[in-house]
Amino acid sequence: MSERSEPMSGAQPYRREGATGKTLRFRFDGRDYEGLEGDTLASALLANGVRAVASSIKLGRPRGVYAAGCEEPNALVQIEEPFPEPMLTATTVELCDGLVATGLPGQGRLADRPDPARYDAVHAHCDVLVVGAGPAGIAAASVAARAGARVILADERPEPGGSLLGTTETLDGGPGRDWAAREVAALAALPDVRVLRRTTVVGHYDDNYVIAVERRTNHLGAAAPADVARERVWRIRARRVVLATGGHERFVAFAGNDLPGVMLAGAARTYANHYRVLPGSRAVVFTTNDSAYAAALDLADAGVEIAAIADVRQAPGEAWAARCAGRGIELLTGHVVTAARGEGEVSSVEVSRREGGEAREIAADLLLVSGGWTPVVHLFSQAGGTLRYDEELGAFTPGETRQAVEAAGFARGVGGTGARTLRACLEDGAEAGRRALAAAGFAVPAGIALPSAGEEPAAAPAEHLWLVESDDYDAHFVDLQRDVTVAEVLRATGAGLTSVEHVKRYTTAGTAHDQGKTSGLLTSGVVAHALGVDVSELGTTTFRAPYTPVSFAALAGRDRGHLHDPVRVTAMHEWHVARGALFENVGQWKRPWYYPRAGEDMESAVLRECRAAREDVAAMDASTLGKIDVVGPDAAVLLDRLYTNMMSTLKVGSIRYGVMCRPDGMVFDDGTVIRLADDRFLVTTTTGNAAAVLDWMEEWLQTEWPDLRVHCTSVTEQWATVALVGPRSREVLARLAPGLAVDNDSFPFMTWRDAEVAGIEARVCRISFSGELAYEINVSSWFGLALWEAVMASGEVTPYGTETMHVLRAEKGFPIVGQDTDGTVTPQDLGMEWIVSKKKADFVGKRSFARADTSRPDRKHLVGLLPEDPGVLLPEGAHLVETSALPEPPVPTLGFVTSSYRSAALGRTFALALVSGGRERIGERLYAPVGADLVPVTVTSHVLYDPEGARRDG
Amino acid sequence: MTLRTPGADLPDHPDRLWRPAEPKRAYDVVIVGGGGHGLATAYYLAKNHGITNVAVLERGWLAGGNMARNTTIIRSNYLWDESVGIYEHALKLWEGLEEDLGYPLLFSQRGVLNLAHSLQDVRDSVRRVNANRLNGVDAEWLTPEQVKEVCPIVDISPHVRYPVLGGTYQPRAGIAKHDYVAWGFAKAAADLGVDMIEHCEVTGLDVRDGRVTGVQTTRGPIAAKKVALAAAGHSSVVAGYAGVSLPLQSHPLQALVSELLEPVHPTVVMSNAVHVYVSQAHKGELVMGAGIDAANSYRQRGAFHIIERQMSAALELFPVFARAHVLRTWGGVVDVTPDASPIVGLTPVEDLYVNCGWGTGGFKATPGVGWCYAHTVATGEPHPLNAPFSLDRFTTGKLVDEHGAAAVAH
Amino acid sequence: MLLIPCPWCGPRDEAEFHYGGQAHVAYPENPAALSDEEWARYLFFRDNPKGLFAERWSHTAGCRRWFNAVRDTATNEIHAVYRVGEPRPVTA
Repeated sequence: MSERSEPMSGAQPYRREGATGKTLRFRFDGRDYEGLEGDTLASALLANGVRAVASSIKLGRPRGVYAAGCEEPNALVQIEEPFPEPMLTATTVELCDGLVATGLPGQGRLADRPDPARYDAVHAHCDVLVVGAGPAGIAAASVAARAGARVILADERPEPGGSLLGTTETLDGGPGRDWAAREVAALAALPDVRVLRRTTVVGHYDDNYVIAVERRTNHLGAAAPADVARERVWRIRARRVVLATGGHERFVAFAGNDLPGVMLAGAARTYANHYRVLPGSRAVVFTTNDSAYAAALDLADAGVEIAAIADVRQAPGEAWAARCAGRGIELLTGHVVTAARGEGEVSSVEVSRREGGEAREIAADLLLVSGGWTPVVHLFSQAGGTLRYDEELGAFTPGETRQAVEAAGFARGVGGTGARTLRACLEDGAEAGRRALAAAGFAVPAGIALPSAGEEPAAAPAEHLWLVESDDYDAHFVDLQRDVTVAEVLRATGAGLTSVEHVKRYTTAGTAHDQGKTSGLLTSGVVAHALGVDVSELGTTTFRAPYTPVSFAALAGRDRGHLHDPVRVTAMHEWHVARGALFENVGQWKRPWYYPRAGEDMESAVLRECRAAREDVAAMDASTLGKIDVVGPDAAVLLDRLYTNMMSTLKVGSIRYGVMCRPDGMVFDDGTVIRLADDRFLVTTTTGNAAAVLDWMEEWLQTEWPDLRVHCTSVTEQWATVALVGPRSREVLARLAPGLAVDNDSFPFMTWRDAEVAGIEARVCRISFSGELAYEINVSSWFGLALWEAVMASGEVTPYGTETMHVLRAEKGFPIVGQDTDGTVTPQDLGMEWIVSKKKADFVGKRSFARADTSRPDRKHLVGLLPEDPGVLLPEGAHLVETSALPEPPVPTLGFVTSSYRSAALGRTFALALVSGGRERIGERLYAPVGADLVPVTVTSHVLYDPEGARRDG
Repeated sequence: MTLRTPGADLPDHPDRLWRPAEPKRAYDVVIVGGGGHGLATAYYLAKNHGITNVAVLERGWLAGGNMARNTTIIRSNYLWDESVGIYEHALKLWEGLEEDLGYPLLFSQRGVLNLAHSLQDVRDSVRRVNANRLNGVDAEWLTPEQVKEVCPIVDISPHVRYPVLGGTYQPRAGIAKHDYVAWGFAKAAADLGVDMIEHCEVTGLDVRDGRVTGVQTTRGPIAAKKVALAAAGHSSVVAGYAGVSLPLQSHPLQALVSELLEPVHPTVVMSNAVHVYVSQAHKGELVMGAGIDAANSYRQRGAFHIIERQMSAALELFPVFARAHVLRTWGGVVDVTPDASPIVGLTPVEDLYVNCGWGTGGFKATPGVGWCYAHTVATGEPHPLNAPFSLDRFTTGKLVDEHGAAAVAH
Repeated sequence: MLLIPCPWCGPRDEAEFHYGGQAHVAYPENPAALSDEEWARYLFFRDNPKGLFAERWSHTAGCRRWFNAVRDTATNEIHAVYRVGEPRPVTA
C-alpha cells in the first residue's frame, strides 16, 4: 500500500490531479460536497469518497455506484433541487450547481407541486439514423454523411466518443475522445447532418419509426431557461437505422457482490480516465475475459494499487499477463472471487482456486468485476429482430430482421472476446454506413479513411461464468436493484418453473429501474445452470421500450390543458364570455350553457330563459351544429339511402327533419336536410357527430357506391347560426330583414329563404327545435358576431344556452341523440315510426328492424314521466321499477330517466325516459328509486307541451 | 437513513407450483389456452365437477399472454344486468379466492373510480350507479370534491381541458396480482390432477361428423371428448380450425409501468373520456393502461402515439405525475366483439366450446368465467350467467352493448 | 406508428389515417332477402386472420380517400395498397 498516491485531503479526496472544470456545489443526503463541471452525480460522489449511495429495496443493504452509465443497477437517487424528480441513476445525473439529491431506499417521490417545465416534440426524417456516437457510430455516420445522405447521429451522453471516453486508447496518435470530438464537430457542420447529444433513443417501432428523448436543460440546473423545453421527444422516421449501441459489462454472482466498493471493471476505468476520479485505493480484479486487464492497468497508472487479478481462466491473453507481470501485479489464473467482505463496504476479498481449496483473503477497498460484455441489442430486438446466441461472446447478438436496421460495432458482437476491439469496430461502423448508403439509394464511396488505432494485444478467449458455486447462495446477487439472489432463482426453478419469464416474475429479477441491463443475461445464465441446460436454449426475456426510463411529461409534451384537445369556439364566443355565460363542453366546442344574471342560480336563469323563449323572444348561438354540403346529380339518392325517411321528394326551398341509423338499426344521428337546388342539399348534424357523419357519408360513397356522383363538404365553420325563438321572433326578424316576407303564407314552416338580415347576406330557415315560432338565421361566420349583436341590439331578445334549449325540446318530446339514445335505440323506440319510410326498398338500418330483438314489443320506448309531486326533480340516470317497495336485489329495471327538467311552461317538473314497453304503460304509475326514497311517477306521452303543434306558426 | 422496504410485505410464493406435464394421448377435456381463463376453467372443472382428466395447452409459457399483460383491475359495476351478473359473480369469488386457492393473490379492494367529464358522462354514470344498486352492486356517485377525497391527487380544477364533473365509485372493486392469480389457479388445478402442458401450440382441431374429437398440436395429436377454447386474442385463428367463425377482431392493447414511487394513489382511477386508467401497485409502481390500436394486429406491440396520447391524458388528471418515468411498456392482443361483451358458450360444432371476446376486460372476470365456463363444458349447457353471452345474440340482435356507458371496458 | 403508403399521397404516418376493417365486404344487394343469419354475418362477422389481411384505410388527415391495403397482421408489414374497386393484388 505504500507506493500508491494518497488521496488528496480536503475537498474531493479521490479526485485525480489534472482534473479541470468549474467547481460545482451540491448536496447529497444532507451533506454538502463539491464536484466539477462534467461530473455525473456518481463521479462527484466517488470523488468525495461517498461509497454507499442508496440502500436496497428489500434487504436494506447499502449499495454503491456499480457502473458508469445508464445500465447502473444500484445507485438510485431522488432529485430534490432544482425540482423534485423521482428515481434517477446517479451515473446519468449531470452535476449542476445547487443540485440537491438523496439516495433512494427503493421508492422515488413525486413533487407536491406542478412541474413548471415545458416539454415538446418534433418530427424528423432522415436517410440514416445512427444510434450511438462511439467509434462504430461515428464511422458509420461519417461515411453516410460525406456521401450526402441526411444523417441523424444521436448519443445519450453530453459528449461524443462512447467507449472511447472511458479508455486511454489513441486514434491518429491522440486520445480517442479528441478524435471523436473533432469528427462529430465536423459532421455537425454538414448541412444535412443533425447531431443530437444528451439524446437517448428509447424506442424502435414498425417501419423504422424511432423515438428519442433529448434532455435539453437538466444539466443547467437552476440556470435552465424557462422558455426552452426541458425534454424533447424526437419522432424520427429513418430509411435506414444503424445501431452502434455498444455493450454493457456484466458481473458475476458471488457472495457479497452487492457491497459498495464492488464495481464493474469498465466503469472503474471510465471513472479514472474520463472523470479523473479514483473509485478506491486498493483493488482486486475478478474477470472472465481480457477486458478487465486494461482497466486494471489504467487504474494502476492512475494510482490505484492492484492487489491481485483473479482470472477464472487458466490462460489469459499473454500480452496482458506480461504487462501485469511487468507492473508487479499478482495474477491468479484459474481463480474466482468467492466473497466480498466488509462492514457496509468492501474491506477484503476472498479468492480461491476455481475448483475449490484454501481461500485467501486480500485486503482491498475496491473489487473490479468483469463477467464479460453483452451487446446492447434492446433496440434491435424492439424493432422485431431475432437474437442468436454467440458462443464466443457468451451473449445474444442481433440475428435476422425485417426492418431496414442493422447493428454495428460491438452492438453486433464485433470483437467477440468479451471486449470490443477498436479497429474492428471502426471498420464495422464504416461498413454499416456503406450498406446504409447503398440501401438508401446513394452512391457508395470506394473507400473511407479511418483513423489509425494503436496496437491491441491479441485476445484470448473469454470464459462464461455466471456464478461462483457455493453452499449458500443467499448473498449471491443476480439483480441488485430487486435484491434477487441465486438462492431465489433456485427456489423458482425448484418450484417447477422452467421459463426465464416465469423466473423473472417469481423473483422480480429484471423488472427494476435498469430493466435488467446488467442482470438479464446473468439471470438466464443462473437459470440455465440450475436446470442443467445451455443458456442459448433459454433465450432472453423480451426487450421492451423504453430503453431507459422516460418522463411522463416528455411523452405528454405540449398536449396538455387547452392543447390537450382543440378548443373550438363560435364567431360569437367573445360576446358570450362578456355576458358572463357559463359554458358546456360539447365535443370540442365551448357552447354557452346559460347566462346567469346577478343573483341568479342555474335553475332561475334557465327558467327565465325558457319563459322568454315561450312567451317572448329569445336567441341561441346554434353555430356548432354540423353542416355538410351534399352536392351532385345523385345527392338525393345518397340521402335516401342514408336517412330512414325519403329525402328525394323534398322540394327545393323546403326543409325536412331526418334520422340516420347504423346498419344495425340503431339511431346514429339526426338533423335537418335543406334542399338548396335539385342537386344540392345542406345537411345539419348534431354538434358532437359532425365529423362522424361526414366520414359516414364519405365511407359509403367511396367504398360502396362509387357510382354515385356526389361530393360532400363540411361547411360547419363557414356558417354562423342564430336561432331566433318565440312568439315575437317574427316581429324581430321582420325588423332585421325588412326585405323578407315573414308571414306564414309567404314563409311557411320548414322552408328557407335567402334574405338580407341586419344588412348581412343570410339564409333564414323556418325550423324549430322548441315548438315555438322560430327561425334559424345563417350567415357567413365572418359576420356571425355582427348578426348576433344586431339581434341583441334592441335589448328585447333574451340570449339562452344549451340548457334552455334542452328543456324546450324535451317539453316537446324531441330526443337528443346521445342523451335520449345510447346506441341501442331505434327510431321506433323513440316513437318515430313516422320517420321510417315504408316506401323505400332499402336504407341503411332497415333490414335490422326485422330482427327478433328489434321487433319485440317490450323494447324500451321514449315516454314522458310526471313525478306525482310536481316539485320533485328526478335525477337523470334514475331507474324505474314497478313496485312501491324495493325487494332484495337483483331488482329488474324497467328503464331509466334520460332527461329531466323543471318546466316554466308546464309549471312543474317532468322527465323523458326509456321504459320497457313504455307506450303501453302510459297512465301507469311507476317508481324511481332516488336515494332511500321511491319517487312515484306517472307515465305519459313524451310530448308534454303543445302536442297539437299550435305554437310553431306563432 | 430510514429503512423502508416497499414490497417487503409481499407474500412468498409456494415452493412448488406445477410440474410441466408431457401430453397424454387423450383427455376428457382439453382446454386450449393456458391463460387465466383456461386455468380457472380447469380448476373449476376439477373442483366443481370432478372432471380431472384435463389438459391445459399453452403455446408459450403458462399465463404468458394477456394474463401477464393486463392492468389487473377488478370491478363489477357494469351497465347491463347480464354483465353485472357474471362480473359480480366473479367479484364474489374474488372475495374468497385467496382462501379457496390457498395462495396469496394480493387482492386489494381499494375501490375503483370512474370519472365523468361531460354532462352526458354524468348522466351515463348516474344511470350506471342506479342500475348497479338495483343489482345489489355497491356503487356510489361522487361529486368532484368527493372524488378528491377518495383520490387526492386528481386535479378537479377547471383548468383541465375536460374538467372532472364527478365520478362513480365501487368500493369493493380493486386490483390483484395477475401472476399470482394465474399461478394460484394453476397450482390448485395441478394439485387436483390437471396437466399443465406448456410450449404446445394447437395447430388444428379434429372434427368428425360435426363433433370435435381432439386437437393437433406442435407436440403431436391429442384426443379429447371435449375441447374448450380459451385463446383470447388468438380465438379466431383456433376456432377457424374447426370452421367456426367468430365476430371478433384482434387488436393490440398497451400498458405501462413507472418506477417504484412512494404511495400517492390509493385507489384505481379510470376515465373513459380522456382515456386513462391507473392504479399504484403494491410495490409502488404506477400501472397504467393505454388505448387500443385501431388496426387489427397480432403483434403484441402497440403504436407509440397511443402511449403519448395516454400520457397527456394522465397528466391532465394527475399533474403530479409529470416527472414520474415510464419504465416499461408492453402490449397484448385483445379480441373485441361488436358489442364489447364476451362470447361464452356452445358452438355449431358439438363438444367444442368457446370463451372469447373479453376485449380489454377479461382479467376481472377470471374466477367468474372459469366457474361458468366449467359448468358449460361439464354439462353441455350454458350456465345461466353466461347464457346471455351466446354466439347467436348477433343473429337475434339481443346484444349486451357495453359501449354505451363504458366505451372502455377495462 | 406504421408508415402507410397512401396510393394518392405517398407514405404517411398511421396517425393520419382512419382504419376501416376488412375490405371487400359488399353491402348486400337486397338485404330484405337475407335470413337473419345472413344479415348478422354481414353486420358483425369479419375475417380476423393472423397473416395477410385485405383491409380498408381512409387518409382522413390527408386526401380523405378510402383505399385498400394488404397487410400481414402478424408482422404489420404492408404488402400492397390499391384503390377502391381494384381487385386484391396477388401478394407473397
